[in-house]
Amino acid sequence: MEIERLVYMANQIGRNLATEDNPAAATADHIRLFWDPRMKAAIAAHFVAGGEGLDAVVRDALTGS
Amino acid sequence: MNGYTPQADFGTPEVSADTVVTLTIDGRAVTVPAGSSVMRAAAECGGSIPKLCASDNLAAFGSCRLCLVEVEGMRGTPASCTTPAADGMVVHTQTPRLQKLRRGVMELYISDHPLDCLTCSANNDCELQDQAAAVGLRDVRYGYEGASHLGAEADTSNPYFDFDPSKCIVCSRCVRACDEVQGTFALTIDGRGFASQVSAGQAGDDFLSSECVSCGACVQACPTATLQEKAVKQIGLPERAVVTTCAYCGVGCTFRAEMRGQQLVRMVPWKDGKANRGHSCVKGRFAWGYAHHQDRITSPMIRDSVDQPWRIVGWDEALDYTASKLAAIKAQHGARALGGITSSRCTNEETFLVQKLVRAGFGSNNVDTCARVCHSPTGYGLKTTFGTSAGTQDFDSVMDADVIMVIGANPTDAHPVFASRMKRRLRKGAKLIVIDPRRIDLVHSPHVEAAHHLALQPGTNVAVLTALAHVIVSEGLADEAFIRERCDWDEYQDWARFVADARHSPEALEPVTRVPAGELRAAARLFATGGNGAIYYGLGVTEHSQGSSTVMAIANLAMATGNIGRRGVGVNPLRGQNNVQGACDMGSFPHELSGYRHISDAGVRALFEGDWGVTLDPEPGLRIPNMLDAALDGSFRALYIQGEDILQSDPNTHHVAAGLAAMELVIVHDLFLNETANYAHVFLPGSTFLEKNGTFTNAERRIQPVRKVMEPANGLEDWQVTQALANALGLDWNYTHPSEILDEIARLTPTFAGVSWERLELDGSLQWPVNADHPDGSPIMHEAGFVRGKGKFVVTDYVPTDEKTGPRFPLLLTTGRILSQYNVGAQTRRTANSIWHGEDVLEIHASDAENRGIGDGDWVRLTSRTGETTLRADVTDRVAPGVVYTTFHHPATQANVVTTEYSDWATNCPEYKVTAVQVSLSNGPSEWQEEYADLTARARRIAAEAAE
Ligand code: SF4
Ligand code: SF4
Ligand code: SF4
Ligand code: FES
Repeated sequence: MEIERLVYMANQIGRNLATEDNPAAATADHIRLFWDPRMKAAIAAHFVAGGEGLDAVVRDALTGS
Repeated sequence: MNGYTPQADFGTPEVSADTVVTLTIDGRAVTVPAGSSVMRAAAECGGSIPKLCASDNLAAFGSCRLCLVEVEGMRGTPASCTTPAADGMVVHTQTPRLQKLRRGVMELYISDHPLDCLTCSANNDCELQDQAAAVGLRDVRYGYEGASHLGAEADTSNPYFDFDPSKCIVCSRCVRACDEVQGTFALTIDGRGFASQVSAGQAGDDFLSSECVSCGACVQACPTATLQEKAVKQIGLPERAVVTTCAYCGVGCTFRAEMRGQQLVRMVPWKDGKANRGHSCVKGRFAWGYAHHQDRITSPMIRDSVDQPWRIVGWDEALDYTASKLAAIKAQHGARALGGITSSRCTNEETFLVQKLVRAGFGSNNVDTCARVCHSPTGYGLKTTFGTSAGTQDFDSVMDADVIMVIGANPTDAHPVFASRMKRRLRKGAKLIVIDPRRIDLVHSPHVEAAHHLALQPGTNVAVLTALAHVIVSEGLADEAFIRERCDWDEYQDWARFVADARHSPEALEPVTRVPAGELRAAARLFATGGNGAIYYGLGVTEHSQGSSTVMAIANLAMATGNIGRRGVGVNPLRGQNNVQGACDMGSFPHELSGYRHISDAGVRALFEGDWGVTLDPEPGLRIPNMLDAALDGSFRALYIQGEDILQSDPNTHHVAAGLAAMELVIVHDLFLNETANYAHVFLPGSTFLEKNGTFTNAERRIQPVRKVMEPANGLEDWQVTQALANALGLDWNYTHPSEILDEIARLTPTFAGVSWERLELDGSLQWPVNADHPDGSPIMHEAGFVRGKGKFVVTDYVPTDEKTGPRFPLLLTTGRILSQYNVGAQTRRTANSIWHGEDVLEIHASDAENRGIGDGDWVRLTSRTGETTLRADVTDRVAPGVVYTTFHHPATQANVVTTEYSDWATNCPEYKVTAVQVSLSNGPSEWQEEYADLTARARRIAAEAAE
């Protein structure tokens, strides 16, 4: 999967869930519930490799995953 | 249901009243609701009073004087259609005096009527003829010399029906049908007395050039052959009728398919249909000719690569070829390399089977549906806030609304039959608020005027809705009693604090939304205080980067004003395609099994696993855009597409084409070689809705039967094709009728538990949920409490789209649809409907056009960062400066070449409604258009030698 697109999608989710009580948990939940395993694997690998372009809330979300 | 009898006509509309009256008609006692006419009462007890100007879908008019009756104690002979029934009334409908009077009336009509009954196309289907016989008319004393209509010329301009004024009896049923039922006001009666005549539009107009939208209501209303379907003249009168459901839009009109042998003569709206109440639009009524269009492919075809011509093969070869390719790809790349797309145009049963094939046969959850690109945010938003992914009301509910808010929807074009109901309510005094960048027809049309049109900047829906909420909360207009009882109070308070913040005031947001703050405040006050408030919305809400947030903001607004859970209120998504609700209900989304239950829920999975005898993947699958992305990296390789044309309908055509081209196996199951089929390796011919049994579910959750009226031209109904493919893959499916698939759906889906084919035959239709709690279905949802328990207020912060205008692309493009064409146009373009819309055009405001030297009708180039296309300009003030608009019905234009990959944050529903573009004069098709025309010609070749 094109990683820029996944980064964009993840950031977009994070931005739209910013008003939740726990935005990072909400973002992690959203990804868990709606993303296919290869997309999850790709974003996790990207995060582990430095996570270029990922917003802070998404980084927090991915930390727990 | 077989055999031809005309639909019953009780003469005047049904009345609903709390009290009843009992009267005696020709010696029989009859009890009817107070306010019913004597004519209706007579019909209710099986009698029939002669009539010509009355019809039970029109207000009584009292002009023909044929329906005279005698009432004991009353002087004269009143018209029964305009005389209300009263307690104790004694009525005589057949006396020598009445017979004489009626004969006299009839004589006058007949003296101005060509007496060519035997050769008339309406012979034996003509009320004038029937009534002449009923009153015992034998001869005409007036001679025919006074006649004024006999020489009048027929108007044949409409492609589907003719108007032959020589046969007109000037009963004005057509005029009233156009006014009262359709709400278009296209017809008038010109002149007086014998010289009076029906005319369409202004002087010099014919039906085609008038305002007429070809809904057919006048044709249905006409008691003579004056207004008649051309097909009746060509084919002859029907001999039998089968009730079925329209396969176009989400209104779900039911029709009588009136047949002569295996030939469809006409589709006549079914008066007992609860979605349409006897009305129709041009598409369902007339645009079914595609079913036997010459382009239709009826044999399976295969090819190894898309640059080869197609090879026609038998079903066995096609299915074996497909199954072995699927098996090979699965063996090499795993189940997650395979997927399918279900169709919102197919039946619930077919859709259910396709998702079952993907989950149980392919072994992945990579199944999605075209709702991805339209109403997936509705699913997400309403599930989150209310607990269920569907609209809350039935269509009838609009008749109890006091304030109607239409957001990002264009009902008169996209949901015309519902729009006619809405207009009827608006004419009776309900107030209208329109939130749309474009001045849709409803804003200002005959006898309908929006109280407020908030012409917002595309992409600012959430800001506008938050500003509306700001006014309601900060001015103390919220319905706190409702909220305390029905919603989570803490969540409400968080939300109320958020919207009440000064930065969300209409004044603060005006620079972003471009909606004058005063107008917005007035609209908010009207919605909160005007009585029952009902919200109707469409794709102008969902197809945005904040589509899901907008749906939730709408739900917030409805809850905050207490407008949920009874008639006349509610949140109503206007669904695009006929079965988009059903496709979503049937488990077409990659993360959900039928009934919106998440695939990660082990209990739900176990239910299906037990029934299907397989193990299901617990992880969500790929959505359509993800499938295309994954195809490009080689992890997704085979796609079965039933009844969808993603190349034309999905955004960023170049990207879709690249994704499809990267796949090893694309299976298109359709009526025609559509645009997607340019990239396909297997073509499985499909069947039309006229050739299959099953059910569709409309926008009001109404499950309605689709009945086979003719044999499938390709030999198999679509569910049979899917079953054959499943069996070729080694599954052992043995359905013999869609009713068995429906039983399986009911068994596995709590909201469908009480649905069965037998029940539908009995009840005509059912609105889900149908189960132990709601044995007769659920016209209105959330009546006693929300499905999720407490209604959930969700804070929806406005996040501007990343699609920004700038010096290169200074205008915002938004897209939509028009009445006569349907979606990608595969069906309607293959009918005479193209007479109204032969090409997509670009609406552009006069000031933007002038700046660019563009005149009305000029060819212009429409460019975005993803691509460009050319089309003609329509210079107009319907759109605001800075905004341009087009439709996506024609592959030659293919508006989606310019739309982008931006999408809704929660569902990936594409942001069709906002694309930054530039428009300039053009002198011909774009390079892409030329290349694509070449590619299409190559891709559609069919090898001659095999085509015997
Ligand atoms: S077809 Fe419909 S719109 Fe046209 S004149 Fe008849 S009723 Fe009116
Ligand atoms: S066209 Fe038909 S419906 Fe209209 S006035 Fe003439 S007879 Fe009546
Ligand atoms: S297209 Fe829609 S409104 Fe028109 S007849 Fe069909 S279901 Fe009814
Ligand atoms: S039917 Fe009553 S006046 Fe015509």
